[in-house]
Amino acid sequence: MTILQGLNRSEARVQVVQTGPAVSVSGLTKRFGAAPNVLEDVSLEVQENEFLCILGASGCGKSTLLSLVADLEQPTAGTVEVRGGKPALMFQEPALYPWLTASENVELALKLRGVAKKERRERSADLLELVRLKHAGDKRVHELSGGMRQRVAMARALAQDSHVLLMDEPFAALDAITRDVLHEELVRLRESQKLTVLFVTHNVREAVRLGDRVVLLSSRPGRVVKEYPVNIGQPRRIESPEVSALSVAITEDLRTEIRRHGGQS
Amino acid sequence: MTVQTDDLASLEAGLDALETHERVRVSRLAKGWSATWPPLVFVGLLVVGWQLVYSAHVAPDYKLPSPGSVLTSLKDEFNSGDLTEAVWNSIRRGGIGFLASLVIATPLGLLVGRVKPVRRAVGPILSGLQSLPSVAWVPAAVLWFGFSDATIYFVVLFGAVPSIANGVISGLDQVPPLFLRVGRVLGARGLDSARYVLLPAALPGYVSGMRQGWAFSWRSLMAAELIARSPDLGLGVGQLLDSARLNIDISGVIAGVFTILVIGIAVELCVFAPLERRVLRRRGLLTATL
Repeated sequence: MTILQGLNRSEARVQVVQTGPAVSVSGLTKRFGAAPNVLEDVSLEVQENEFLCILGASGCGKSTLLSLVADLEQPTAGTVEVRGGKPALMFQEPALYPWLTASENVELALKLRGVAKKERRERSADLLELVRLKHAGDKRVHELSGGMRQRVAMARALAQDSHVLLMDEPFAALDAITRDVLHEELVRLRESQKLTVLFVTHNVREAVRLGDRVVLLSSRPGRVVKEYPVNIGQPRRIESPEVSALSVAITEDLRTEIRRHGGQS
Repeated sequence: MTVQTDDLASLEAGLDALETHERVRVSRLAKGWSATWPPLVFVGLLVVGWQLVYSAHVAPDYKLPSPGSVLTSLKDEFNSGDLTEAVWNSIRRGGIGFLASLVIATPLGLLVGRVKPVRRAVGPILSGLQSLPSVAWVPAAVLWFGFSDATIYFVVLFGAVPSIANGVISGLDQVPPLFLRVGRVLGARGLDSARYVLLPAALPGYVSGMRQGWAFSWRSLMAAELIARSPDLGLGVGQLLDSARLNIDISGVIAGVFTILVIGIAVELCVFAPLERRVLRRRGLLTATL
């Protein structure tokens, strides 16, 4: 660990490939030190332009899964392949840098990718317009509401110019009304920007509201339990009967999964 | 579909408007005035109380001077040129000592803050040194460097370096790990990560370390000047104060104390308070209008 931490980090463990699915994970196992496996033999594929939701209770390792795909952690076993390059990642907290304005936050992402200064201005304005925050570019982070911050974070993620977007419970900390609006926003962006999204959540309705497919993970260790195709057309509403029906079915399976843990102790 | 998009846009605009608050702007003058008058009134009351106590003759004049006689000694010292010379010398020494401390403490703090083995070895000693009054170094410094500027700067450095370095360290410690993770996701590695993420994130801690570092520099300087007196050293505020003591001139002594206090407050108010406010306000960490 030095100030230059990262300089001596070894090369990426995530394989960047040019063909095949957008994200392909196979036989992925992760444990931290001597602790039991967090993830165990997880294999899944996210197709180009697909919106895949990973659903699970606490301890299913869903965040760990995203960290592995984002190359922030090293797998204990298994492989991760991402098509086309480094994926973008959004967290539950917007994690915008408070010493920068909204637009400077977006520009920093461009800068770190080596985009020329002049272009950065324009691109950042375009991206903020995309999330409908063009007027807020000069605001500092603390002047923005939670929903606006998360939209700036979205613009920053898009600035990475990756067609694969990883999202780690990005709306969990927002109030229900704002979350609902951001769901709609995300679906719209995903259409217009042709994004492939790998979205992690513990909210069943959210998963069904957004996903083309939902994958249920077990907890301790995280394994793939079941997959559900979501054959409901977009635009969907979270309160629609179709979304509710599938949510009820998935919730049943999720509860069964959770009950297993109670029985053991 | 377009209708729907417009719907979403107006919905979002409505939410944004509801959830953000217009800042109420108070004019700078009004804010400045409201911050200035309470301490002025308090000081005025103190002076009045002092004058009353003096008029009651509770202590002989050589122990308790009147406010007027302290003012007279300040005037005399000013007219003789001693005060200006002393103030200038002390501020120069304090300033140079402080800047030198910054130059030493900043890399030291970064090193201790970010390199684990160094932190384990040096960290505890650095925080221990912070509790050591740097005046304790004066006798040693006098024996090593004689009555020279080196003695003074040595003491000032030992006063200020630990507190600035500890400021850097706590600034680094307070950087949320998530910021660094986001930086890595965005592609900031190595130097880029330090420059664009770590250092700006650690700035508030650094600034408060600097502020404290100045206070330590100034205190250490006064201690050194009081003890290390010699014609070779030139006149400083500390020396001025000690001369008054030797002349059993209580008005001069009190005048010296006031001078030290006023300079300390002035530097704080003109340099560090605005700097810290600026850094904190930009980050939204300053909510109350203090």
